[in-house]
Amino acid sequence: MSATSTGPTGWKRALGLVPFAAFFFLPLYAMADFSTRTIQGLGRTLNGWRNLIADPQIYAAILTSLGLAALTVTLMLMLLVPTMIWVRLRAPWATRIIEFLCLLPLTIPALVIVVGMRDVYLWVVWIFGESALTLSFVYTILVLPYAYRAIDGALSSIDVKTLSEAARSLGAGWGTTIARIVVPNIWSGILSAAFISIAVVLGEYTIASLAGYQNLQVVIVTIGKADGMTAVAASLATLLFGFVLLLTLSVLTRGRSQTLTPEPLDGSHS
Amino acid sequence: MTMSFTRGSVRNALPLVPFFIFLLIFLIIPTVSVVNGSISQDGSYSLDKLAALSDGAAMGALLKSVLLSAVTAVIGAVLGAVLAWLIVSSPPTSVFRRVVTSICSVLAQFGGVALAFAFIATIGYSGVLTAWSKSVGGPDLYGTGWLYSVTGLILVYTYFQIPLMVIVFLPALEGLRVQWREAAVSLGATSRQYWTQVAGPLLAPAFLGATLLLFANAFAAYATAAALVSQGNPILPLMIRTALTSEVVLGQAGFAYALAFEMIIVVAIIMVGYGLLVRRTSRWLQ
Repeated sequence: MSATSTGPTGWKRALGLVPFAAFFFLPLYAMADFSTRTIQGLGRTLNGWRNLIADPQIYAAILTSLGLAALTVTLMLMLLVPTMIWVRLRAPWATRIIEFLCLLPLTIPALVIVVGMRDVYLWVVWIFGESALTLSFVYTILVLPYAYRAIDGALSSIDVKTLSEAARSLGAGWGTTIARIVVPNIWSGILSAAFISIAVVLGEYTIASLAGYQNLQVVIVTIGKADGMTAVAASLATLLFGFVLLLTLSVLTRGRSQTLTPEPLDGSHS
Repeated sequence: MTMSFTRGSVRNALPLVPFFIFLLIFLIIPTVSVVNGSISQDGSYSLDKLAALSDGAAMGALLKSVLLSAVTAVIGAVLGAVLAWLIVSSPPTSVFRRVVTSICSVLAQFGGVALAFAFIATIGYSGVLTAWSKSVGGPDLYGTGWLYSVTGLILVYTYFQIPLMVIVFLPALEGLRVQWREAAVSLGATSRQYWTQVAGPLLAPAFLGATLLLFANAFAAYATAAALVSQGNPILPLMIRTALTSEVVLGQAGFAYALAFEMIIVVAIIMVGYGLLVRRTSRWLQ
């Protein structure tokens, strides 16, 4: 009874959910319908969906976005995991400043960052060359708030200090302690951070388009001007992929994972 | 003593250096250069660019952005709170809740461009709903292309504001203890009295905070609007796009900085208010 007393149950609830379901599923249904239409209006075609692989421009963009997701996740984990563990173990004085910095991108819209990053990126391009993959640096900033919350949640649920003292007293160095003792214990947080980062990167449009790079979303918009069917198919595919990703995560991490529902100031719209 | 303390602190701080340097380069410097770029001109400081914000087009875009954000924040907050209330009775581990929160996360956080195409497919010129309405002799849903104006943006933004509200407001709703309701009922309160005099006041700061968050979210949103509106600058983010991509136009140089600075200020004010309200909520939400 405990959980049921706040909200309605039974047919009242079902009745209340109907208009919401209609509002949210109608556009999704429309996308499925729209993307499989033939021009003559007769029958169905999967050409729009086939183009996701057959069209070299889209296929290249998908590969770029997947590459960006992989690089961003790697960079984010390399930057965040050791830092956050170290703060818990040896530098608690830095807790507030690290948290503040990690959550700061929620307050500074991506649109602002892309306006201001020109000078920094002149250097990045000079060092790493002209490639869309260089966006993974700034994407790491975008995913920071989500990743921070996920990893912080996992770290809070274990006793990092005792675990590491045990490891250290048995002769393990700091590297071994972090990599082989702490990390395996915060695996669910790392997984959440990675999944959410992938979803953010695959949906990112603002920075890529204004910095002049062709990632998946930028190409979808370009193609949408001439071939609505393919653009709609690609859009629906992105949404479905994101949904599968988050649902998998929710099942994998079980229980009352807070990481699935960070209070977000959204990363991808901004 | 002091020496060894300092040396220890330095050694403890060292592993944090990469993190600080990375954030300095990719977050702090871009933000500072926006602020700096909006108040400096050829090496000297001037307020010319900020003054340009008060010109007609820029003011119009700001007002429309505020309007769009306010309307969708209120609609999203009210409907999102209702939806959260409808699903809160399912336990968080149930399949229903997992599916709903996953859908909400995707739509609220990662939709962007896809949501623009979702509505083009629904009520665009050859959208599914438009075609259906035409076939049954209903009204012309496409009309004069309202989907691509601020009115259309209100509809599309609502589509991601409601799910965001569900995500943000659900924890507050779950924080309402059963005992509080039982206490109220045992003292003779009706269900209506419980909601207006106990749950309502308790949830009010969380609700207001979430509304502010929704406002900031809509105000800073770019992708959906950019994909939907390909010409013209009805709202601030699209004006930044134009200023950024047409900097060769005389007098536009650096205007993007001023507009971005304006966006920082608005979002910062809203987020401070949000922070204060969240602190109030967290007093009882544990």
